[in-house]
Amino acid sequence: MSFAPLRLQSNQYQTIIDHCLDGFPCEACGLLVGSVDKHYEPTGEIDSVHPCRNADESTRTYTVDSRDLLQVTRQADENNLQIVSVWHSHTHTEAYPSETDVRQALDPSWIYVLVSLRNPQPEVRAYRIITGQITEIDVIVSPE
Amino acid sequence: MAVEVKIPTVMRASADGQASVDGNGLTVREIFSDLVNRYPGLKANLLDQEGNLHKFVNVYRDDDDIRYLEGLDTSVSEGAVVSILPAVAGG
Repeated sequence: MSFAPLRLQSNQYQTIIDHCLDGFPCEACGLLVGSVDKHYEPTGEIDSVHPCRNADESTRTYTVDSRDLLQVTRQADENNLQIVSVWHSHTHTEAYPSETDVRQALDPSWIYVLVSLRNPQPEVRAYRIITGQITEIDVIVSPE
Repeated sequence: MAVEVKIPTVMRASADGQASVDGNGLTVREIFSDLVNRYPGLKANLLDQEGNLHKFVNVYRDDDDIRYLEGLDTSVSEGAVVSILPAVAGG
């Protein structure tokens, strides 16, 4: 099965990077809101980017603060959109889902975005995680 | 007494695809009991084997996390919105 790429505008991409850098040395996290098709598959188009608090305040794990999750869910509902993706940073490892990420991958329809900060230039990659199987998808960044 | 229960996308398949359903009960526990009777597939998502709130699920009554109120015994008034939010986490 082929999946739609994740399409971010450059300012959305930068918001993600900035939040990850701001959160360092802890992992940072956030949510992406977008549209889904009739099969509940994300189209890959992102309407809005929502930096969230990491409730774990940890260098090794993240949990999206449930108050932020509630707010983003409400906003998405009001706009007839859905949360389609979660992103988080790996501060010292590659931009690839960890065992914990795979085990706790909540929703098979979501796009899981990883931001590695181990090199001076942050690296952003995106994946689908379905029944434990990881498939990388393209990330396309376009000008605003 | 009717309240609105918001169902997260990942659980909607267990609730006939609905984003929100009517809930009946005076507490979150009663509402969930009624809910899992109607939608048995939700039970494993909401409650552990002892009938406690699953550790990976957050439940809000309007703007308040019920863990900081009275848990499943939190009272719910007519017109309230109960939001079910699965934990979004990883490492």
